[in-house]
Amino acid sequence: MAIDYSKATGTGSSSGAPGGGGGGLLRPSIITGIIGGVIGWLLGHWIGNSFTQGYQQVQGSGSNDIAEFMGYIFMIIGWFAGLGALNYPIQKLFGVEPEAEEPVTEKGWTKYFRYTLDHKTVGVQYLFGMLVYFFTAGLLALAIRTELLSPTYHIWSPDTYIEIVGEHGTMMMMMMTSVVLGPFGNYVVPLMIGSKRVAFPRLEALSFWFTPISYFILLSGLWQGGFQSGWTGYAPLSVQQGVGQDTYILGFGLQGLSMVCASTNMVATIINYRAPGMSWSRLPVMGWSMLSLGFTMILSIPVLIDGLYVLALDRTAQTSLLYSGHGGSSFLWENLFWFFGHPEVYLLAIPGFGLVAEIIPVFARKPIFAYKTSAAGFIGLAILSFFVWQHHLFQSGMNPDMRPLFMLTTELISIPTGFIYLVGMGTLWRARIRLTTPMLFMLGVYFNFLFGGLTGVYVSDVPINVTVHGSFFVMAHFHYTIMGGVIFAFFGAIYYWTPLVTGYQLSEKLGKIHFWTMILFFNSTFLPLFAVGLLGMPRRVFEYAHRLQFLNQWVSVSAYLLGASLLFFAITFVWQLAVTRKPTVRNPWGSRSLEWYVESYPPPAYNFKRVPVVLSWPYEYGDANALPIADIVNETKDLDPVGRA
Amino acid sequence: MSQNALDDSRSVEATRKAIPKLIAVWIVTSLIGSLLVWFVLGPHLPPGTMTDQAAGAQFDIRFVSTLVPPVLFFIWIFFGYSLVKWRVKPGEDPLAPAADFRGNSKTQGAWYIITTVLVLFLAAFGTYFLIVPAGAGGGEGPSPIWTPKTKNMLQVQVIAQQWRFTYRWPQFGGMETTSIYLPVNTEIQFNVTSLDVIHDFWAYQLGVKADANPDVNNVAFTKTQQLGRFTVRCDELCGVWHGAMYNYGYVVSQAQFQQWATQMEAQNAAVTKLLPKYATTYTPSYAGNGGGYYPPQDPNANL
Repeated sequence: MAIDYSKATGTGSSSGAPGGGGGGLLRPSIITGIIGGVIGWLLGHWIGNSFTQGYQQVQGSGSNDIAEFMGYIFMIIGWFAGLGALNYPIQKLFGVEPEAEEPVTEKGWTKYFRYTLDHKTVGVQYLFGMLVYFFTAGLLALAIRTELLSPTYHIWSPDTYIEIVGEHGTMMMMMMTSVVLGPFGNYVVPLMIGSKRVAFPRLEALSFWFTPISYFILLSGLWQGGFQSGWTGYAPLSVQQGVGQDTYILGFGLQGLSMVCASTNMVATIINYRAPGMSWSRLPVMGWSMLSLGFTMILSIPVLIDGLYVLALDRTAQTSLLYSGHGGSSFLWENLFWFFGHPEVYLLAIPGFGLVAEIIPVFARKPIFAYKTSAAGFIGLAILSFFVWQHHLFQSGMNPDMRPLFMLTTELISIPTGFIYLVGMGTLWRARIRLTTPMLFMLGVYFNFLFGGLTGVYVSDVPINVTVHGSFFVMAHFHYTIMGGVIFAFFGAIYYWTPLVTGYQLSEKLGKIHFWTMILFFNSTFLPLFAVGLLGMPRRVFEYAHRLQFLNQWVSVSAYLLGASLLFFAITFVWQLAVTRKPTVRNPWGSRSLEWYVESYPPPAYNFKRVPVVLSWPYEYGDANALPIADIVNETKDLDPVGRA
Repeated sequence: MSQNALDDSRSVEATRKAIPKLIAVWIVTSLIGSLLVWFVLGPHLPPGTMTDQAAGAQFDIRFVSTLVPPVLFFIWIFFGYSLVKWRVKPGEDPLAPAADFRGNSKTQGAWYIITTVLVLFLAAFGTYFLIVPAGAGGGEGPSPIWTPKTKNMLQVQVIAQQWRFTYRWPQFGGMETTSIYLPVNTEIQFNVTSLDVIHDFWAYQLGVKADANPDVNNVAFTKTQQLGRFTVRCDELCGVWHGAMYNYGYVVSQAQFQQWATQMEAQNAAVTKLLPKYATTYTPSYAGNGGGYYPPQDPNANL
C-alpha cells in the first residue's frame, strides 16, 4: 500500500518555499541574500546616523552604536528578504495563496545555497556551516596559542589578542549549541522516528539561515575594534567597549534565535511526528537527548536574548541597567548570562551523550543497558542545569548564603552524568565489540569526559574554587567536557552517518588515523593546562610567569598538531566525498535503527514511501529472533533484521 | 537467544569468575594511586601554606585528588577489560547477537546509591571547609556570614581599576599605596572594590580570591602564617591590559610591617589629604578615566 503524499493529503510538501519557478541569478539564493543584506546595511546605517545626529552621547565618541545596530538589523531583514524567506509569510498576510511548489524534491547541489524546507537539505547545510564555524574558531585558538608561546614576547598587540580570545570563545559557544542538533538532529531524528517531514520546516530553515549571518556579524567585529569582554560579556566592561561589542550582541542574539527556532521544531517533531508504534518507550535515546535539549534551549535561551537586549539598551539608549551608577547592577548581567550560560554547557553535553548512547549498542551487538536510566539522565541533566548557575559566581561578591546550596546542586548534577557511564559500561559488558571509527570516537568521549567530569568536582567545591576559578584549570575543564565530549561525538557521528547522508563510505583507515592523532594531541594539549591553572595562570592573559613557559610551549605545539589532525580530517573528508566517492553498501554498520531502512542513500524526498509502522524497540541487538524495527524492512529487498546486507 | 550468540568468553559463568580478579586489580591500583597522590604529590599541591586559607585549600585539593585514582581506575579497568575481552575475534561473525540483557536492577541500584552517597558526602565536605575557615578565602560580598573570631583584624582595602591595584589602609590614616606588605600571624580582612569595571583580586599564595565590583565591597578573610612573596593577579577579564594587571606583595614580620606602614604613612601624608575620605566603595566611572574617584569631577561626591 502506498500512501499518496501529495499536498492534498497534508502529509507531504510544505508549499511556498522560494527557489522554484524562474532561473538565473535573481532566483532567491544566497547571492540575492547577500545583495539584500548589503542594501539593508547601507539603508539602516544611514537611517541610524540620520536620527541620532543631535545625540550628544554619540557625537564626539567616535562611534555610533545606534547606526551600527540599525545597519545590522536592516542587513538581517535584507538578507532574509533576499533569500526569499519572507515571501510566504507576506503573501499569506495579504491573503494571497502562495504559488504551490515542490522544493523538497529539488535535485542538484544548488539547493544547498537556497532557503529550502527539506530537513535533510537543512541538515547538510548545517553540517558544513558548523564545520566552517569550527575551523574558523579553531584557527583563532591557534592564534591564541601562538601568542602564549612566550611569557613576554608578543606576536599580537594586547588588544588584538583579547579580541581573538573573545571571538574564539563566542564563536565556539555559539556553534557548539547547534553542532549536533543542527546537522544530526535535523537530518537523522525525523528518519529515526519514521517521519516524512519535520513539524515546522520554515522554522527549521530559518534556524539555519540565521547562522551564516550571525557568523558574518560576529567576525565583522574584528575590523571594528573587536570586543574585549570575552564570550561572557561582563558589564560594565561590555558597556564601556566600542562598536565591536555590538557585533557580539547581535551575533550571539541571532544565534540564540536560531537555537530557539531549531529546538521548537525538534520538540514538536519528536512529540507529534513519531510513526505508529514508535511509542515513548521505543524512542531512540538520540530522540530523548534531542527532546531534553530542545526543552532546555526553549527555556534558557530567551534569558540570554533578554540579557543581550538589556546590554544593547545600555549601549544605545543610555539606560543604566547593568551598572550601579544610576540604580542598575552588574550582577544583573552576571545572573542573566549564567542563567542561560549554565544550561548552555549542558546543551553541549546532552547531545554528545545522546550520540554516544545511540551508537555504542550498534557496535556492541547488545541492547542498550538501562534505557530508561539514560532517558532519565538526559531529563535530570536538563532540569538540574537550571539550578546551578551561581557556581560561576562563587567569588563574585554576591551574598554568600546560597553558596552551599549551589555547591550541592552542582555536585548533584554528577549523578545524571554518571548515568551515561552506567549505560555505556553496561552496554559493553559481555558485548561483541567492533572498534570501527565511529565506535572509537564514542569511546574517546568516555575517556575524555572522565577528566572533564572529575575536575568538575574541583570546580564545584567552593574552597577549591577559590584557587581554580578563572584560571586555566577551569578552561581545561570545560574544553575536556565540550571538545573532548561533544566534538568527539560529533566527528564520530560524521563517520557514522556519512554513508546514509551521501551514499559514500568513508575510509576506516583514514578515519582511524584521524581518531588516534586527534585524541593523542587533544589530551596532550589540554591535560597540561590543568597544571598550568593550578600553578596560578589566569585565563585570557597575554603575559604569564616565566616558570610556566615550558608547559605553555608544550601546549602550543600540541595544539598545532591537534590542528593538523583536524586539517587531515577536512582534507580526507572532502577528498573522499568529491574525488574517490566509494559507494557504500546498504546499512554498513548493521544498525537496527529506522533511518538505515530508507529506500536509497541518500534518502529520497519525503524519506519513506509510506509512513512505516514500528514493530519493535531499536536496540534488540541481542535477540536474533526479534521483530524487525518496522514493517518496511521486509519490503526492502536487500535487508534482514540485523542488517547484514 | 540463538545458541551461537554466547561463546565461552561471554557466558555469565566466565564473567562471574573474572569479577573478583578485576576488583582486586582495582583495589591495588587505586590504593597505590591514592597513596602516591596523598603522600608524594599532596605536600606540593597549590596554593601552598602561606596562610590558613591557603593551607585549607591545599588540604581540600589534596583530599579530592586522593579520591580521583579509585574512580579513574574503576572506569579504565572496566573499559580496558571489556575492550580486550569482548572485542570481535577474527573469524567471528561481527553482527551476531551478543548477550541479551537490558539492565540489572542490583547493579543499577548500587550505582545510584553509591554515586548519590559520594556526591552528598562531597557537598558536605565542601560546605564544612567553606564555613570553618571563614569563607575559605573567597569573596563573601558586603555582609560576610562566615567570619573569623578575632575582632581586631588588619583592614586592607583593595582598589582595582583599569589596569592596576592600589591598597588603602584605614588603620594607617587612610593612606593609599601601590605596594602591599602584610604582617605574619595576623588575621586580615580584605575589602575589595573597583572604580570602573569588574576585576578580581587573586592573591594566589594567600588563597584569596574576590571579584572587585564597582560600588560593591567584597570582603574576604585570611590569616597569614608564613613569610614570603605572593603574586596578585587580576582574574576577571577587564579589557586590553588585563594580562598585565599584576603585582607582587610580601608577608613580613610584624615589626617590619609596622616600620613599613608608619614610614609609608608619613611619606604619603600630603597625598592622603587629597584623597576622598576612606569609604567601602567609591563612585565608579565607566568612561575609563578614573573620574569618579577624585573630586570635584564626581557629580555624586556629595550625595
